[in-house]
Amino acid sequence: MKKLRIKQHTRTDFLTYLGVIILFVVMNILKSNGTLSRSLTGQLVPICCYMSMAVSLNLTVGILGELSLGHAGFMSVGAFSGIVAAMSLQNIIPAVPLRLAVAMIIGAAAAAIAGAIVGTPVLRLRGDYLAIVTLAFGEIIKDLVNCLLVGYDSKGLHMAFNLTGSKTIDDLGMKEGGIAIIKGAQGATGTTTIATFTAGFILVMVTLFVVLNLKHSRAGRAIMALRDNAIAAESVGINITKYKMMAFVTSAALAGAAGALYGLNFSSLQATKFNFNTSILILVFVVLGGLGNLWGSLIAAAALTVLPELLRAFSDYRMLVYAIVLILVMLTTNNPTLKTFFSRFKLHKPTGKEAV
Amino acid sequence: MKKKFFALMMTMVMVLSLAACGGKAETSAPADSNTPAQSGETAEGGSTFKLGTIGPLTGDAAIYGQAVANGAKIAVDEINASDSAIKFEFQSEDDVADGETSVNAYNTLMDWGMQVMVGPTTTGASIAVAAKAAEERTFMLTPSASSTDVIAPGDNVFQVCFTDPNQGIASADYMADNMSGAKIAVIYRNDDAYSQGIRDTFVSQSKANNLEVVYEGTFTADTATDFSVQLTAAQAAGADTVFLPIYYQPASVILTQAAAMNYAPTFFGVDGMDGILTMEGFDTALAEGVMLLTPFSADASDERTQNFVKAYQAAYGEIPNQFAADAYDGVYIVKAALEAAGCTGDMSATDICEALVGVMSTISVDGLTGQGMTWAATGEVSKAPMAVVIENGTYVLP
Repeated sequence: MKKLRIKQHTRTDFLTYLGVIILFVVMNILKSNGTLSRSLTGQLVPICCYMSMAVSLNLTVGILGELSLGHAGFMSVGAFSGIVAAMSLQNIIPAVPLRLAVAMIIGAAAAAIAGAIVGTPVLRLRGDYLAIVTLAFGEIIKDLVNCLLVGYDSKGLHMAFNLTGSKTIDDLGMKEGGIAIIKGAQGATGTTTIATFTAGFILVMVTLFVVLNLKHSRAGRAIMALRDNAIAAESVGINITKYKMMAFVTSAALAGAAGALYGLNFSSLQATKFNFNTSILILVFVVLGGLGNLWGSLIAAAALTVLPELLRAFSDYRMLVYAIVLILVMLTTNNPTLKTFFSRFKLHKPTGKEAV
Repeated sequence: MKKKFFALMMTMVMVLSLAACGGKAETSAPADSNTPAQSGETAEGGSTFKLGTIGPLTGDAAIYGQAVANGAKIAVDEINASDSAIKFEFQSEDDVADGETSVNAYNTLMDWGMQVMVGPTTTGASIAVAAKAAEERTFMLTPSASSTDVIAPGDNVFQVCFTDPNQGIASADYMADNMSGAKIAVIYRNDDAYSQGIRDTFVSQSKANNLEVVYEGTFTADTATDFSVQLTAAQAAGADTVFLPIYYQPASVILTQAAAMNYAPTFFGVDGMDGILTMEGFDTALAEGVMLLTPFSADASDERTQNFVKAYQAAYGEIPNQFAADAYDGVYIVKAALEAAGCTGDMSATDICEALVGVMSTISVDGLTGQGMTWAATGEVSKAPMAVVIENGTYVLP
């Protein structure tokens, strides 16, 4: 029997897609059976968002090799622009799935613009500057959204910057029947929640598709080349800034789409949600799953999102147990004995194939 | 390697044993209820309801969530110990004052079989949960989330505390009536929904009342440790009254710093100021003369408050604040509503919700935080705010 030779990475990719699809189908079956607990059902959309966030951050940290500490900032940009889009398009696009898709695309676009603004000056430099600047970016976005007043009425979108802290939503001068979308520090409240698990699944698939294809494309090889040795990459004519920007902006856009979905899953969202801790949480997903390892990011994101909820039985000591579990997982995945144990499996596979 | 492994195992064992001790305190059930799934009917023909509460039991805002959980727990224990036909099973869940976690906590409670909810504690989290509760028709009574956005999502969401606009308006009205001609400075936290909400209505109402606001200073969670800039500016603007629609931790810093720079205006707080007298490491002499609007005073002389304060101190070793009192009232309000609607413990959460929504606007409850509390169909409570002044370390009526 003639067998198609499939590249190792292609097989891993297809297994990753397959895993996500199987998970989606299983969850949907369990949900319709009613066997899935409400606690887990409620977490499905956030899990999808975090998965997508982890994969997109892995593009920056694992594949591009630049440290980003402000990924939640892009999520924030995406979330709030997505909410504004979804709320103001309520009458124009009555179909909910379409409105959600438009909101996510707008969220992605806004985050991409933010990514380009941050990346343009910083990615020309060499060193850890991106980490510092993205860290600052996350904080700036938090403060900017705290100043932002957005409302929508029959005349269109109203926006104001409450820099002195003396303006309120009434100062927008909205007509009767207008709705306040973002109310400064109070954040976005009263958002119509239109996010669905299916949308989350599609988001994860699209994110995976974009990142995997970018990784295995010509551009992706250039990105990885400059990660491994920037000088060598430059010497063979790779435009370093261009490829860095490509990876970074793509990563920001995907985070924006995830943010939009996240924002539309909760009726209340404050800018403080997307603080430094959230950025670090996503970085933990990436590090725990393995740098450059996308299916690892997916599993880590899902597991670490569900874990605190599963640990509710520990009540006050929940986060302490969470931290200990995290340390244990890090230690065991780096355990040399276990590593050799797993690598034995990996080594056996190609020989097994030859035998066939 | 072996040593390291051993050390880790020991840590795990220690944590697990600690957690085992901590976990038990959160739930309580009446002695006569058997399996949780079929706790509907008790032997005496009474009903047992599953009552849940949500609040930040850990994290920055833990003091509020714990107060709510403790206050509600005391009310539940009292009711279960009494001869009341209605008994409660009680569970509290942690939400770290975060919307996402709060929705998770709500879902966890629904998995447990919660029929009525007294929670969540904080505003942002409550808005997220309120939308969910309104969609699924679960009765929700928040003890302390004061924004009007909390009660907006549905007719089944009610409040025990005043709304933010109510507090802002009441403060401005009080100043107009009693402190006319005051030059007012406002220092508020502009990344906090609660603080910003009260400030907004206070400023618009003081315009209507012809009060003069001479200065407005802002701070954020990150800059809540130094207020010398705001205080100097307020002093320079000639303010003789400083309105502080903030919680008591930053307020204590403001009072300390104002005393250090010999600036002594009248400080005027709202319900978040409650708790300043019991704050650790704070010289209560600095709070002399501070005025605040509060629905609850632990020094009130009526018997119920005294009993509550005694029970709270015995159980938790501290003086209860208004969050605890709000939660305590919340449980009694739920009980009164359940009695009025004639609900039984075997009804589903949705049926109970519909029945309670029907009676909420008809009942009137006397509680620790107000006499004759009634509710509008919107979910807003009607009770009189009380302005008190701190003298000799206690609240007295001015």
